[in-house]
Amino acid sequence: MRVLHLASIILAFLAQSGAAFEIEDRVVYPATHSETSVLRVISTADQAVFEPIILAYQMAHPGVQVDYTITGTTDLMRAIHEEGAVFDLAISSAMDLQTKLANDGLARTYDTAATDGLPAWATWRNQIFAFTQEPAVVVISDSFFPLGNAPTTRDELIALLRENPTRFYSRVGTYDVRISGFGYLMATQDSRNSEAFWRLMEVMGRMDAQLYCCSGDMIRDVASGKLALAYNVLGSYAASQQDTVEGFSIIELQDYVSVMLRTALIPTTAENTQDAENMIDFLLGLGTRPDLVSASGLPAIDTATFQQNSALRPIRFGPGLMVFLDQLRRSNFLRNWENSLVQK
Amino acid sequence: MTPNGSIRRRLFYQLAGVAALLSLAFFLVVRGVAERAAEGTQDDILAASATAIADSIRSEAGGATLDLPYSALSMLGTVGQDRVFYRVTVSGQTLTGYDDLPAPTLTQRHGEPAFETALYRDDEIRVVSIARPIGAQASRSVAIVTVAQTRQGLESISRRITTLATGIAAGFFFLATALSLWAASSALAPFDRLTEAVTRRGPKDLRPVTANTPSELVPLVDALNSFMGRLRTSLHRTEDFIAEAAHRVRTPLATVRAQAEVTHLKLTKDEHKKAIREMIRAIDESSRSAGQMLDHAMVTFRADSLTREDLDLVAVAQETCARLGPTADLKDIAIHRVMPDHKVHFQGDGILLQAALLNILDNAIKYSPEESEITVSLTEDGDGLRLSVTDQGRGFGNIDLSRLTNRYERGANVGDVVGSGLGLTIAEDVAQAHGGTLSVASNAKGAGACVSFILPR
Repeated sequence: MRVLHLASIILAFLAQSGAAFEIEDRVVYPATHSETSVLRVISTADQAVFEPIILAYQMAHPGVQVDYTITGTTDLMRAIHEEGAVFDLAISSAMDLQTKLANDGLARTYDTAATDGLPAWATWRNQIFAFTQEPAVVVISDSFFPLGNAPTTRDELIALLRENPTRFYSRVGTYDVRISGFGYLMATQDSRNSEAFWRLMEVMGRMDAQLYCCSGDMIRDVASGKLALAYNVLGSYAASQQDTVEGFSIIELQDYVSVMLRTALIPTTAENTQDAENMIDFLLGLGTRPDLVSASGLPAIDTATFQQNSALRPIRFGPGLMVFLDQLRRSNFLRNWENSLVQK
Repeated sequence: MTPNGSIRRRLFYQLAGVAALLSLAFFLVVRGVAERAAEGTQDDILAASATAIADSIRSEAGGATLDLPYSALSMLGTVGQDRVFYRVTVSGQTLTGYDDLPAPTLTQRHGEPAFETALYRDDEIRVVSIARPIGAQASRSVAIVTVAQTRQGLESISRRITTLATGIAAGFFFLATALSLWAASSALAPFDRLTEAVTRRGPKDLRPVTANTPSELVPLVDALNSFMGRLRTSLHRTEDFIAEAAHRVRTPLATVRAQAEVTHLKLTKDEHKKAIREMIRAIDESSRSAGQMLDHAMVTFRADSLTREDLDLVAVAQETCARLGPTADLKDIAIHRVMPDHKVHFQGDGILLQAALLNILDNAIKYSPEESEITVSLTEDGDGLRLSVTDQGRGFGNIDLSRLTNRYERGANVGDVVGSGLGLTIAEDVAQAHGGTLSVASNAKGAGACVSFILPR
């Protein structure tokens, strides 16, 4: 067992004194042999999720100390876009914000055999590289849904809620898109993909939908039976929770499933690009390490998945992702969303 | 003759030069058109994007607002992976978008997209702007939608097209060069054919060239034919003149000789008789030379348009020997005839053949000592028919035998014998007119000469 130096949140704050973006945690993984370089990573993935990957990376590169800073998607964006914080690698689940970083010229171009091997939809401008594919799923409580009774499409879900208003009142949950970047991304993609989305929001609003910041809380409440179902839960996280938490099931709706891609990019402020590039190569090889996939719960990029299930749709990179980041568009969307869902 | 340049080379270089120019023009045109098309495509998409954004602007509570259409930005990602910037201003105030995006400097008409290329965040961008009036008449303001995109996709398209155009132009050039080489050779082929047709001719063939020639060569061939015609006429005239002159000289000579003989009989003094005998001998030689010139002119004339009749060479040879029998007898020379006992057929001009044989035999008698032997033989072998006259005379001395048949060329040891040097020339002309040769050699058996007249079968 390796001895890790865990810095407390307070210490981390002290280290980053003067920084305006908020960090949740900071972990330093010292080099396993004589230290030759430091790789500073800013990431939105929890320590528990990413630690196996960092340790495996250090097995291959023993001289590298990994300085792992955990923050929210918006803070990550603020750190790099506005404050020019020095990080060698930025890993985020917010595809839209990563796209904006690249579009605004804050990402370095990196082009190797590993990045060339990526499917076209998994990279943009050779600056953003996707290394996981994580679907947005519906999580249902086993106590509410006897086997085989769960809705399979959004229309069925809407019908189910309409027909059983009392049974589901206050028993449905989803992301509060005002505070969750992942929730906002999924909601905006839903609004693009299907007219059913706004109807669903209306119905859920009438059901007094519970709003959450994180997938973990939703899963906990669904498993405990406090919620009947939760909409747009991060599928990879739910799958990893299934081993330890009982009482819930995962449903991939059959009309369509938006698939979020977790991405890495090298900011222009990076000082240690060599190790950052090595880390990207390592992350892109995640598919060849089933042990890491199961340890981290992060499903690697795999085109075969999309061929098997035609309902899966990877969210496409491109300027279109920046549309919902537009200030006016965002405030209009959130107003609509509040009108539908927060019916006070 | 040293050639002054080469038409083939010049033609090739000119065609290759034209091909190179055309290749270059092709390259420039293709690249220009393709780049313009690519730029046009980007401009069209930018304009569509800006229009879509402008269309979404609406008045709201005294101000303006808009819902940025998803397609407005996503359509810009369809061509390449270029960075995209946008900005919407109302009355100079940024409503949304990148507020440091440079405002268009172009004056623009309402509704018409205005394009320009600018530098933004270290990258070249293509910018389109559309102005749109908003609000009621009283509180009208102008919204300006600006959409910009970097041009890396354009550059990569341009690079691809340039590579492709270069490849095609180079291929075109090499193909055209190879074809020019072929075309130059092909265009000059009639020259080769004409050269061959003229080269193949015999030395005395002055007939007009009738080979098929392209119209460009007709003047040259006409000039050549006209020149040959004049040459032939001139030659004929010369031969005619010689024949006429010989004829005119011979007749008076016969009279002079008769008179000299009469005088010889009348004279009594030995020295006078000797002088007259010398005179008669000189007259004989002159007469003989005139005869040979006549023969030569005749041969030249008849050889031009050879008549071929069926002949018996044995008969021709026998007749020749018979005609010169008396002359030989004067010097007590015996003529042996070695002939086949059957007819030897040959297609030829009897008069010419007899003239040739007469000259050869006459030569032999002239240069043979008294009481010697001359053998006239006719043999057939694989090569053809051989008429040989072998004598026991003095031979030819140390002279190049091949030169003996030249006109007026004589042996090196004949200073004391009167002769014109035409005899063997006549014989050879006749042989060549019949496709044969004249062979001059020393007698294989002892002294003397052997002249063979060889005819093809």
